[in-house]
Amino acid sequence: MSWRKVLLVLLALVALALGAPTLLDRSDAVADNMRPGTGTPEQIERGRLLALAGNCATCHTTRGGAPYAGGRAIGTPFGTVYAGNLTPDEATGLGRWTAEHFWRALHQGRGYDGRRLVPAFPYTEFTRITRADSDALYAYLRTLPAVAQPNRGHELEWPYGTQTALAAWRLAFFRAGPWQDDPGRSAEWNRGAYLVNGAGHCVACHGGRNALGGTADAGFGGGLIPSRNWYAPAFTRAGEASVADWPLEQIVALLRDGVAPRGRAIGPMAEVVMRSTQHLPAADLQAMAVYLKSLPVEAVRASPAQPPLPAVMEQGRQLYRDHCAACHGDAGEGGVLPGGAPAVPALAGNRTVTMDPPANLVRAIALGGFGAVTAANPRPFGMPPFAHVLRDEQIAAVASFLRASWGAQAAPVSAFDVARFRGGED
Amino acid sequence: MIRSFLIPLLLACGLAQAAPVLIEDTLAQRLAACTTCHGKQGRAAPDGYHPRIAGKPAGYLLHQLQNFRDGRRRYGPMVALVDPLPDSYLREMAEYFAGLDLPYLAPAPAAESAAVLERGRVLALQGDPAKQLPACSACHGAALTGVLPAVPGLLGLPRDYLTGQLGAWVHGERRALAPDCMAAIAKKLDGGDLVAVSAWLASQPVPLPSKPAVALTQVPLLRCGSMGALP
Repeated sequence: MSWRKVLLVLLALVALALGAPTLLDRSDAVADNMRPGTGTPEQIERGRLLALAGNCATCHTTRGGAPYAGGRAIGTPFGTVYAGNLTPDEATGLGRWTAEHFWRALHQGRGYDGRRLVPAFPYTEFTRITRADSDALYAYLRTLPAVAQPNRGHELEWPYGTQTALAAWRLAFFRAGPWQDDPGRSAEWNRGAYLVNGAGHCVACHGGRNALGGTADAGFGGGLIPSRNWYAPAFTRAGEASVADWPLEQIVALLRDGVAPRGRAIGPMAEVVMRSTQHLPAADLQAMAVYLKSLPVEAVRASPAQPPLPAVMEQGRQLYRDHCAACHGDAGEGGVLPGGAPAVPALAGNRTVTMDPPANLVRAIALGGFGAVTAANPRPFGMPPFAHVLRDEQIAAVASFLRASWGAQAAPVSAFDVARFRGGED
Repeated sequence: MIRSFLIPLLLACGLAQAAPVLIEDTLAQRLAACTTCHGKQGRAAPDGYHPRIAGKPAGYLLHQLQNFRDGRRRYGPMVALVDPLPDSYLREMAEYFAGLDLPYLAPAPAAESAAVLERGRVLALQGDPAKQLPACSACHGAALTGVLPAVPGLLGLPRDYLTGQLGAWVHGERRALAPDCMAAIAKKLDGGDLVAVSAWLASQPVPLPSKPAVALTQVPLLRCGSMGALP
């Protein structure tokens, strides 16, 4: 039995002793005299935008499948979870659900029958969504074409999917409660905080998770996304994704366009920009920017890392010259279009190069990618993949060279790191 | 005093160092990501694994990009690149590579016996009515250089790539829009026929003109989901 399971079983025993499943983690009853309803046009439009803010379609749609019909496999350290069908199909979707059922799912993490849902469905964050917004989201989902697609059972290792384990988990890591505005802050800040911490559930990736997958008290300290091997950088570190010293319009540009003067969205964040944030109203992006900019910045860690061995540094320098410099520049300056618009990111001073773990740097070199396609950037420049051109040890040398050049002082990357980080689900 | 010297000097060095590379504003440059596998200008030679994409019909290329994105084809590096790009950009990629008219290299010499190659030739040009196998040329054009808008040419490709694709179709790892004709055909090929037809196709020079035919000269034998016009 793994230590994770031991931990959860112990937690479950304590929870049982406390009577958690029956007394402390009780489900609200849902009135049975309600009928599935339809919303006003205003509610439906508001719900459509909330569904975009929550990026619901990404998890609730399989590759090439009907939107919101569920079935996508979500890899977790505890097993595979399959997202449910959110279309209003009577037999397989939310057809029989009332607005009450939907509110209870978002707010309390309960299914139609009151059973505890697995927290891969981020009700730990969606609980902050207001009742009015829950009703709007419900109204929008009712307008989707009904798709008959039965839900697939989760494939979780024992005991993670059991109701007792979930009760214990919830006791430790879940508190239901809608968002409360901070009266000491502006309406704009509060709107941003509500979107980031509620529907946006940014903490699900950028907060990292504890050993049992909880996001409670995670803050925005960054985390490696389970099964995908991309690192979601910390909002609270100057060397990662803090935007405390960015002008607001640049933060908005990153969320709307996928590119900004001091950073760009790659990997899963490019997906978030394409499927979610680029579609949000300007006022909401501005509010999110105000909130993100206000997040505290942790003190930087002190000592610079040991530089790579001279031979590794030289190997990396040569590989960089042969494969990278034509676009990224001899000194990592990046590339611009004739008009001066940025085309290829600078690597000197680039936080993706120096952050730890070096997962995103390794994945960018090994897998390449185009970043986000948006209205402002409809034809992004693609980074070529090099996994089939360079061996792991060569990718490690280039990465180590970048992390020790042009003022950077980050620790070298090993071939083992490359092997570890370049794999993962598509 | 020192400071008044130093600051302009540092600025000058900084500017000299920070002069970024001038990048051409062309699709060729934007699509450089495709070239580490598919070769410069998308003209990968027949001696490797990756297929040439230059000059393939735009409809075919767009379908393949969509197939990778939407889960009908599985090849990790391609999926990582195209997920989740919208059709608008994928179509531009397809049209760019389709529009390149570049010469082909001579094929790699075949290692198979004359009998195997002859069986391959018969399958490609005549089919095998006993096995209900149509000739490749019935859909891919009399010259096997493809048919606009969406049927690919079969010549100028690496043997391993052809074998790999037919095998992937047999096992459901490669799929096309329904009705998926190629899946039905590939599943009728036994291992020997699969190798024979791949080997013969890979051993043929690409004729001139090498462009896809504008239209099929005969009524298509099959109605395939992948044959349609650009969506």
